Amino acid sequence: MKEHSLFHKVTIGIIVLWLLLFALIPNIIMFVVSFMEYDSSSFVKAVFTLDNYKQFFSDNYFKIFINSFKIAAIATALCLIIGYPFAYILARSKSKYKGLLALLVVIPYWTSALIRTYAISYMLAANGLINTILIKIGIIDAPLKLLYTEGAVIFGFVYTLLPFMILPLYATIEKFDFKYVEAAQDLGASKLKTFYHIILPLTSPGIIAGVVLVFLPALGLFYIPSLLGGGKTMMVSNIIQEQFTTSVIQNWPLGSAASVLITVVMGLMIWAYYKSSKSFQTKVL
Amino acid sequence: MKTSKLQWSYIFFVYVFLYLPLIVLIVFSFNDAPTGAVWKGFSLRWYEKLFHSSTLISGLINSLIIGISSATLVTIIGTLSAVTLFRFKFFGKNFIISLLYILIMSPEIIMGISLLLLFKFLSLSLGFQTLLITHITLCLPFVMAVLFTRLSNFDIHIIEAAKDLGANELQTFFHIILPSIFPAVVVAWILSFTISMDDSICAFFTSGPRFEILPQKIYAMVRTGVKPEVNALSTIIFGVSMLIVIVTQIMLKERKR
Repeated sequence: MKEHSLFHKVTIGIIVLWLLLFALIPNIIMFVVSFMEYDSSSFVKAVFTLDNYKQFFSDNYFKIFINSFKIAAIATALCLIIGYPFAYILARSKSKYKGLLALLVVIPYWTSALIRTYAISYMLAANGLINTILIKIGIIDAPLKLLYTEGAVIFGFVYTLLPFMILPLYATIEKFDFKYVEAAQDLGASKLKTFYHIILPLTSPGIIAGVVLVFLPALGLFYIPSLLGGGKTMMVSNIIQEQFTTSVIQNWPLGSAASVLITVVMGLMIWAYYKSSKSFQTKVL
Repeated sequence: MKTSKLQWSYIFFVYVFLYLPLIVLIVFSFNDAPTGAVWKGFSLRWYEKLFHSSTLISGLINSLIIGISSATLVTIIGTLSAVTLFRFKFFGKNFIISLLYILIMSPEIIMGISLLLLFKFLSLSLGFQTLLITHITLCLPFVMAVLFTRLSNFDIHIIEAAKDLGANELQTFFHIILPSIFPAVVVAWILSFTISMDDSICAFFTSGPRFEILPQKIYAMVRTGVKPEVNALSTIIFGVSMLIVIVTQIMLKERKR
C-alpha cells in the first residue's frame, strides 16, 4: 500500500483524538480521582488517599453495595427463569410467524427505558391497575403496597431487561442441532439428563451472554431504584448519581471510587464471558 | 416437536407481561380522570395539557436539537473512520478497535461521570456542547459497528478499479464507496438519533440546567407521582418510535436486496 493520503491522515487523526480525549482520558481521570481527597470548595484535592475505598468497605455503603449485587442477581435469575423456556419454545416452534414473534419481544424495548419504568410505576401505584382489579374482584379490601418496595425494583429490572436475556438465548437455541438430543435419547438418557448434560451446556454461551447483558445494566440504571424503590432501596448507581449531581455534599472522589469498583466487576464479568466463550469454542468446535 | 397449547399459553403470558404496562399507559392517556385505573370516559385533555406544558415542550425541542446534531456529526465521523479503518492497516489500528470495545461495554453511568470529570477538569460549563460531545461518544461505537457490518461484504476490487481509472481518494469515497454503503449510513444515523433521544443516564451528568433534554424533564416530573400528560407524551413517543422502527426495517430489507 502506498503512502496514506491527507484524507486518511485526517480521518484517522480525528477518530484517534476523539477516542483518546473522550474515552480513555476520562476513565483515567476517574481512576485517579478515586484515590484523591474530598474538598468542599474545589470538589477534589490532589492528595493521595485510600479513604474512599475504605469508606466503601466499612460502613453503610458496603451494605448498599452488597444489596445492589443481590438485587441485580435476583433480577438476572428471574430473567433467565422466565426467558429460557420462552426462548426455547419459540426457537423450536415450527410456526411460520416465528421471526415476527421474536421481533415482538424487542418492540417494547424501542421506547425509552425511563418511560417503561414509569409505566410500571403507573401499574403498581396504590390506585393503579393491579390494586384496582384486586379490590374489584374482592381479593383485598385496601390497596396493597406494591410500589416503593424492593420487589417493585426487581420487577422493574426484569421488565426492562428481559429482552436482553431472551434474544441471545433465542439465537443460541435456534442454531442448536437437535440431533444431539435424539442421539442422547436413543442411548437411553432421560429427558432431564438430556437437558442437563446436552442442551444446557451447549446453549451456555447464550445463557452467559444474557446474564452479562442483564446484570451489568441492572447495576447502572439508577432511575429504576429511585422511581420504583422510592429512595428506600438504594443501589450503587444511586450513590454515584447522588454524589455527582443531587446530593448537598457532592463527594466526587467517593463517587469515583464506587464507579471504579463497578468497572472492575464489569471487567471481570466480561473477561469471564470471553474466556468461557473461547473455551467453549475450543471444546466443542 | 409440535408446540403444545400449554407452551403457547406460556409464550402468550410473557407477551402480556411485556406489553400490558405500555398498553395501560397508552389507554389511560385518553382517560378523563387525572389518576387511578378507573375509566372515566374518553378525553384528549392530557394531550392538550401536554401541548401547553412549556417544560415538556422545551425538553422535547432540546432533545430533537441534540438528537439531530449529534446523529449527523457522529455519522460523518463514524463513516469516514470506519471506511479508513476498513481499507488500511496502520499502526495503532487494534488500539482504536479496543477503545471502541471499551466504549460499547462501559455502562452509561460510568461514561456519564467520567465525561463529567473531564469537563470539570477542562472547566467547561455543562450544556449543549458537553452533551453533544457525550452523545457523539455514546453513539460512535454503534455507528462503527453498523458500518463495519456493511463494509465486511463490500467488494474491495471496485475501489481498485476506480483507482485504475484515475479517481483520487475523495472521488473514490464520494462516487464509489458512499453510494454503495449509503443505506447503512442512514441506518447508523437513525440508530444514533434514537440512542440520543433515549439517553436517560448520561445527560443527567453531562448536561446542566441551561440545556435539559426530555428524559431529564420527565424524570423530574414523575419522581413525585403520576402525571397524565407524561402518559400522553409516552403514547406519542411510542408511536413515533414504531414509525422509525418500521422505516428502518424497510430500509434494511432494501439493503439486503
